[in-house]
Amino acid sequence: MYPADYRYTKQHEWIDVKSGIGTIGITDYAQHELGDVVFVELPKVGAQVKTGESFGTVESVKAVSEIFSPVSGEIVEINSALADTPDKINTEPHSSAWLIRVRLGDAKEIAGLMDAVAYQAYITEAAAGAAH
Amino acid sequence: MRYLPKSPSERKQMLDATGAGSIENLFQSIPEKFRLREALPLPGPLSETEIIRYFQARAAENAQGYSSFLGAGVYQHFRSVVTDALVQRGEFLTSYTPYQAEISQGTLTAIFEFQTLVCQLTGQDVANASMYDGSTALTEAVLMAERITGRHRVLIARSVHPEYRQVLHTYAKNLGLAIEEIGYTQSGQMNASEISPEKLADAAAIIVQSPNFFGVLEDVPALGKMAHDSGALLIGCIAEAVSLGIVRPPAEADIVAMEGQSLGLAPSYGGPYVGVVATREKFVRQMPGRLAGETRDAQGRRGFVLTLATREQHIRREKATSNICTNEALCALTATIHLCLLGKEGLREMALQNLAKARFAQAELEKIPGVRRVFSGPSFNEFVLEFPRSVKLINAQLMRDKIIGPLPLGLHYPELTKRAVVCVTELTSREEIERLAAAIKRILETPL
Amino acid sequence: MSLKTTESETPAASGEAREHVSLNEGLIFEKSSPGKRGVELPPLDVPAVDPAAALGKAFARDAIEGFPEVSEIETIRHFTRLSGWNYAIDLGMYPLGSCTMKYNPRVNEHVARLDGLANAHPEQHADLAQGCLRILHDLEKCLLSITGMDAATLQPAAGAQGELAGLLMIRAYLESQGNARKKVLIPDSAHGTNPASVIIAGYEVQNIKSNERGQIDTDHLREFCTGDVAALMLTNPNTLGVFEERIEEIAAILHERGALLYMDGANMNALAGVVRPGDFGVDVMHLNLHKTFSTPHGGGGPGSGPVLVKKFLEPFLPIPVVRHDGKRYGYDPKRPQSIGRVRAYCGNFGVLLRALAYTLAYGPGIRQATEDAVLNANYIRKHLEEYFDLPYELPSLHEVVFSDARQRAHGVNTMDIAKRLIDYGFHPYTTAFPLIVPGALMVEPTESESKEECDRFIEAMQAIAREAEANPELVKTAPHATRVGRLDEVTAARKPILRWKP
Repeated sequence: MYPADYRYTKQHEWIDVKSGIGTIGITDYAQHELGDVVFVELPKVGAQVKTGESFGTVESVKAVSEIFSPVSGEIVEINSALADTPDKINTEPHSSAWLIRVRLGDAKEIAGLMDAVAYQAYITEAAAGAAH
Repeated sequence: MRYLPKSPSERKQMLDATGAGSIENLFQSIPEKFRLREALPLPGPLSETEIIRYFQARAAENAQGYSSFLGAGVYQHFRSVVTDALVQRGEFLTSYTPYQAEISQGTLTAIFEFQTLVCQLTGQDVANASMYDGSTALTEAVLMAERITGRHRVLIARSVHPEYRQVLHTYAKNLGLAIEEIGYTQSGQMNASEISPEKLADAAAIIVQSPNFFGVLEDVPALGKMAHDSGALLIGCIAEAVSLGIVRPPAEADIVAMEGQSLGLAPSYGGPYVGVVATREKFVRQMPGRLAGETRDAQGRRGFVLTLATREQHIRREKATSNICTNEALCALTATIHLCLLGKEGLREMALQNLAKARFAQAELEKIPGVRRVFSGPSFNEFVLEFPRSVKLINAQLMRDKIIGPLPLGLHYPELTKRAVVCVTELTSREEIERLAAAIKRILETPL
Repeated sequence: MSLKTTESETPAASGEAREHVSLNEGLIFEKSSPGKRGVELPPLDVPAVDPAAALGKAFARDAIEGFPEVSEIETIRHFTRLSGWNYAIDLGMYPLGSCTMKYNPRVNEHVARLDGLANAHPEQHADLAQGCLRILHDLEKCLLSITGMDAATLQPAAGAQGELAGLLMIRAYLESQGNARKKVLIPDSAHGTNPASVIIAGYEVQNIKSNERGQIDTDHLREFCTGDVAALMLTNPNTLGVFEERIEEIAAILHERGALLYMDGANMNALAGVVRPGDFGVDVMHLNLHKTFSTPHGGGGPGSGPVLVKKFLEPFLPIPVVRHDGKRYGYDPKRPQSIGRVRAYCGNFGVLLRALAYTLAYGPGIRQATEDAVLNANYIRKHLEEYFDLPYELPSLHEVVFSDARQRAHGVNTMDIAKRLIDYGFHPYTTAFPLIVPGALMVEPTESESKEECDRFIEAMQAIAREAEANPELVKTAPHATRVGRLDEVTAARKPILRWKP
């Protein structure tokens, strides 16, 4: 379910780094919690993102979720296709529904993020907690 | 008490079921020192008959049976009794905000129709389900322009309704928004030469009202071009919606802020009225207020729902496009029904009558020695006249003839003393106009 | 049975009886036909004027494309049919928490339409508007008496606008003391308009958590109430329907630090005639006349949000301020410290008038309405405690908040239960609010409900609780008895269609 070569944050973002470019999206867990996605608000190409800061929002009918960047860097690409098909976030959260691509300021940043196994454990625990 | 559907025995039964022992016990959570021991010293209780008498007495203390030449943002127009018959139906009057769409299709369908009518009238792509009034609609339009452009200054014509400008100032003060006022020319229109490209470079919008407070129509296309050439928006404000029956809407405006009181709402001493914000499709997610949208249920039946709610306060909270919750829904319904009754031809005919009567009145009044028209720009149903003496004094004497005279401009425009804005609508009869002219002539002939 | 979309099928071809058209009423634009009209004006008694000639071609417009063209009877039928698709207080209970959906007295509608009042122009000379001015003045006096405050403005058009006006007055006062400060504290149980209003007033929002009793945690309050804090915005009773038992302490903490206590008066229906906010330390508050004071909701408005203040805030009231000088009513001309206007003219006069009519009907007996409201809420609570989880076991005043915790075990949530309640002939209660209760069911019956109506509501809720266990699918796919089923809100948000097009 969760690609082994991605890294994950506690706010349910994933990042896939290749050649210094990080592709960022939200996880399947996040899309499930959110429900049907109706709109995505993304920043502009060229903007800077900072680790832990919000760079956009994902909206369902009744909720708005901020998306936090796992890294710092410059945005080199945004997924404009999501403007017409925001529902892709529900069906393909880990692949075609990536949100932004960032040129990493510091490649070592991702070392602090969870791997797929750790993330899976994290969300299992979160789900158990919610069902009290 | 007739509004309380409980008999003493029912109260007792219910109280016993709660196990509380006494009504007093149900209020135990309120510290005893604060609980009132005596009934409040309020007037009443009044029976239905007495309530009616009280308000009839108040009505009699107001002007009744007077001719009125007041406009200035609130207009006396024909209102069909059919509208009231429909609006007073309990299913409309006593219904709640349509959050539960399945049992609110009446309200939602009517809102969708209202939104459509406003788009048709103003030439914009989308309109919301109402704001409080024209003044707050304008303020919200300005805040919208700020969000869209990221700029924090606006240029507003002095010929925009003075109270609308005051409201904007009250809101803008704490939001770091700079407001610069632009004067008017001899035509009574916004003085475009006061607007430089430098001023526009960091302006979110130019704001103009048409017809403006002087009744004059503004050169919207020119102002639109000026704004857009500098990356600013044009906000078109409309206080007299009936003008849209024959006057071209502000098509170059990016956002329209309109007051809909003219469309079947009673003047009612200041409210409730109905404001509306209309705009281009691309700005829809920056709009304040509720929006009704069309959709289907699982069986494919058409229905309507409140939509794009993530803009609003109940979801977005401090990041909402506005803090508005309760709006003017019943007033919007009133306007909707009124416009359906008038229809394409009726609205046009009403507007034509306004124009004709205003031109007639202008001609009659200009015949009076010492009275002359002030602004040269084209006007709809209001125009500014200059008088040889204080308008307040003239109006005081007109009152004795049971005439409510035109609004003196000196209070809001210190440079325009002895001038007043005269309003004439389709309800003003020829006889009333002639009587006004005769009375003013007589008053002016009498030495002070 | 499949109900087609609203275009009518041609009857002749099928030869079958069709569903009566009132179930399939289209939009007014779909009934239009050129030349039809619903209103005829009296003939023009002055010479006609050609608009293109009079205004100039640049200003003239052609006919409005797509504008309705229907007759009077079609208009009557159209809107009468639409009205049949609405639930309303006149039909039955709205158990919506913090909305106070009470009976809208009809005499109020009658007096609002009296000619001298309905046709009064706000710019009329005060000599010709003494009746209107007295109505404003009399209402102010009543509201001040009920709230125990010192001065009022009737100008704000709704509660949210009242909040803004109140916050602006707080700012103006603190500025006059040398420091406007930066933040306003808001409990996590607050209505969404509270934080939204704070931002417009130029302050930052600082959320404070509720304690395990669902109320303001006074230790946190002490900690958070720094010199930067201008005010705390409190709803009392709070959105759980519970009175802030430490209200005195809360007020003291704020006042010691030079901060103010703002009260959101949305829940005044639990207090009127029983206790006055002015007595328990409130500095400024708003009322919702369309809640506590019976003015009709009309599908979403109009409302009115008067703001009441203690004496020290009186100089900052918005203009215009109504005064009686001993002889006449008028507007106070000198208000140098006023925050300005929050809207054009004096307020939603037609709504204010109705609120006064309501208050006069009750007089000093207003307490009875409050007692009945609290009795109804507690009666309902008692009968539903066995069926629904009660997250806070504290005394309820005029509303009670349950949660869907028990029903969740069967996959049924508060939204589902609410939709199923529709099948029993009720409007849903407030779902999913306040935010501090996950899966909330917020019930406020108001005093307008008879014992019979309360019993019917209780029976319905008990039946649904049983259905949630025995037949959860039935609840999850509700409503079943309405003209349309659950509507696709997702597509409505993804691809908004916000107007009719030809």
